[in-house]
Amino acid sequence: MSRKTVRNRVTDLKGNKMTRMIDRRTILAGAAAGAALPLAARDAHAQAPMNVGFVYVGPIGDHGYTYTHDQGRLALQKALGDKIKTNFVENVAEGPDSERVIRQLAQAGNKLIFATSFGFMQPTAKVAKQFPNTYFEHATGYMRDKNLATYNARFYEGRAVIGTIAGLMSKSGKAGYVASFPIPEVVMGINAFTLAARKINPNFETKVIWASTWYDPAKEADAAKALIDQGCDMITQHTDSAAPLQAAEQRGVFAFGQASDMKNFAPKAHLTAIVDDWSQYYIDRTKLALDGKWVTGDVWGGLKEGMVKLAPYNDAMTPQARAAADKIQADIISGAVHPITGPVKDNKGAERLKAGEKATDEALNKMDWYVEGVQA
Amino acid sequence: MSTTIVISIIMTILIAATPILLASLGELVVEKSGVLNLGVEGMMLCGAVCGFGATVATGSLLAGFLAAMAAGVATAMIFAFLTLTLSANQVATGLALTIFGVGVSSLIGKPFVGRTVGRLEPLLPAALSDHPVLRVVFGYDILVYGAIALTAATAWFLTSTRPGLILRAVGESDSSAHAIGYPVIAIRAAAVAFGGAMAGLAGAYFSLALTPMWADRLTAGRGWIALALVVFASWKPGRLLLGAWLFGAVATFELQAKAMGATWLAPEFLAMLPYLATVVVLTLISMRRAGAEGSAPACLGKPFATA
Repeated sequence: MSRKTVRNRVTDLKGNKMTRMIDRRTILAGAAAGAALPLAARDAHAQAPMNVGFVYVGPIGDHGYTYTHDQGRLALQKALGDKIKTNFVENVAEGPDSERVIRQLAQAGNKLIFATSFGFMQPTAKVAKQFPNTYFEHATGYMRDKNLATYNARFYEGRAVIGTIAGLMSKSGKAGYVASFPIPEVVMGINAFTLAARKINPNFETKVIWASTWYDPAKEADAAKALIDQGCDMITQHTDSAAPLQAAEQRGVFAFGQASDMKNFAPKAHLTAIVDDWSQYYIDRTKLALDGKWVTGDVWGGLKEGMVKLAPYNDAMTPQARAAADKIQADIISGAVHPITGPVKDNKGAERLKAGEKATDEALNKMDWYVEGVQA
Repeated sequence: MSTTIVISIIMTILIAATPILLASLGELVVEKSGVLNLGVEGMMLCGAVCGFGATVATGSLLAGFLAAMAAGVATAMIFAFLTLTLSANQVATGLALTIFGVGVSSLIGKPFVGRTVGRLEPLLPAALSDHPVLRVVFGYDILVYGAIALTAATAWFLTSTRPGLILRAVGESDSSAHAIGYPVIAIRAAAVAFGGAMAGLAGAYFSLALTPMWADRLTAGRGWIALALVVFASWKPGRLLLGAWLFGAVATFELQAKAMGATWLAPEFLAMLPYLATVVVLTLISMRRAGAEGSAPACLGKPFATA
């Protein structure tokens, strides 16, 4: 049902939020009516709000990746108030279906459209060519155009912080990593985590289980349990559900949340979480579009830009671990530390980075090898 | 491999098998009555979300499981009305039921995202359920034992009771059953309701026992495995139990092998194993003669209308 509807939040004159549901087929009429509604009662000088569209790959109820994008949308609506009106379509399958959705959003008069998943790349690029006066933004991709910008977050910087915490807090010196697929995004996270932990404990090991899915709570929980059985006392994940945290809580080991603060699910186990925060980016880009100053570009923001944050620390964290976590965050923000800096050997013994050499963005985006200490 | 790990693996297998076993037991009874309900996944999701909601509202797990069964029955009754009363196509209706279940559970579940409840605890006191060795027998929650007991009860019901015999007669030859005076539609509706209750219970096993939370599509396709399992078990409850354990074992083996460091096994190969097992078994089944022992009920999927 949610696949076929757009929830359209409109703020009326008194500032009351109204939620309406529109079928995709009637999105044109719906958006027009939505725009006309606040206009009708307003004085002649006010301008019609600019429509901003969002395309989500998952449900906003995933409490993970899509949820954080939607939190960004809500923050945007709040920050810019009646200057804009946001629309979103959730659960959009990657591929041909997304092209139809993106085109409809453009036709419905959305001036700025955020397509938030890698698989929307080709469709977004295609629609961008057809709507030269609409601004498009694509998350995690690499295709750009005059009216198509890209943006992504340096999640691996957050992984270096939790790796530091794991290095200090782990008694067994073994962490379990519930991962999705061996793509560069995931591989660079595993490496950043392990390198940071091995700076503290040179014998630290990371055991990886490939769940071969982004989302299967029962399987993710079983993977975490298998890792705990093998002596891992730190669980971290690059899958989307909170199930590994629950498994850690049940077995009495520590774990880290993914994409959003997941403390609710594991009050004792949850040390901190890597939190995605797209709010500021969405606000900045929308302001530029409002002022007519939007230009294409490529932003890969991390801790410094506030796109990646750490959730509040658990009371169980030692003062030493807190201090170290704060320090590495400060060092990454100031640029003093790059999470993947040589000397780095891979887990087959070959030298990958010389002493002092930093992994370039290009190298990160192609990463297909694991650092020493990773069992994957 | 230490004893602890062996015990842990056995326990993981039995627990992982439980929801699949519950859902497939329900579907087996449905299919034995001659109805094919492909909506298991949808009914499981409705059960999962309603069970979770009821537990959040009342604080009681029992209320949650009861609400889940009621939700499963309610969803199944939509299917029964469409296919039995209106004689709609069962395959199409079942698929629609799954799509409906995914959507409606997501809608109902909105307020519950990000919340959690206390999970279903082992049945027996900690002295037994936490014992390092004995827990392999005594360390489970009531539904793990319940699912095994239900398997035995279903086998007994189908083979050794008069109502069971009538149910099978309806599935094998609906017109004959009708001719000697049995209410075919009512019996099938009862079977579909039982299937719904079991699917709802299986769904709640995810949201209240395995991973106590609600998130969209929580069951992640287990309903389809339950459906495949019925065919796999050639409609025999005993084989269903073995099949559920086998599926649990294959899935657990995949994860344990990786955790133990079998990095020479490609993750893609291990992820493929459960499906490979399904293909092999379905191939073997298709080689059997029609009407031979262990083949599908003769009226499976055929609508019945009194002329």
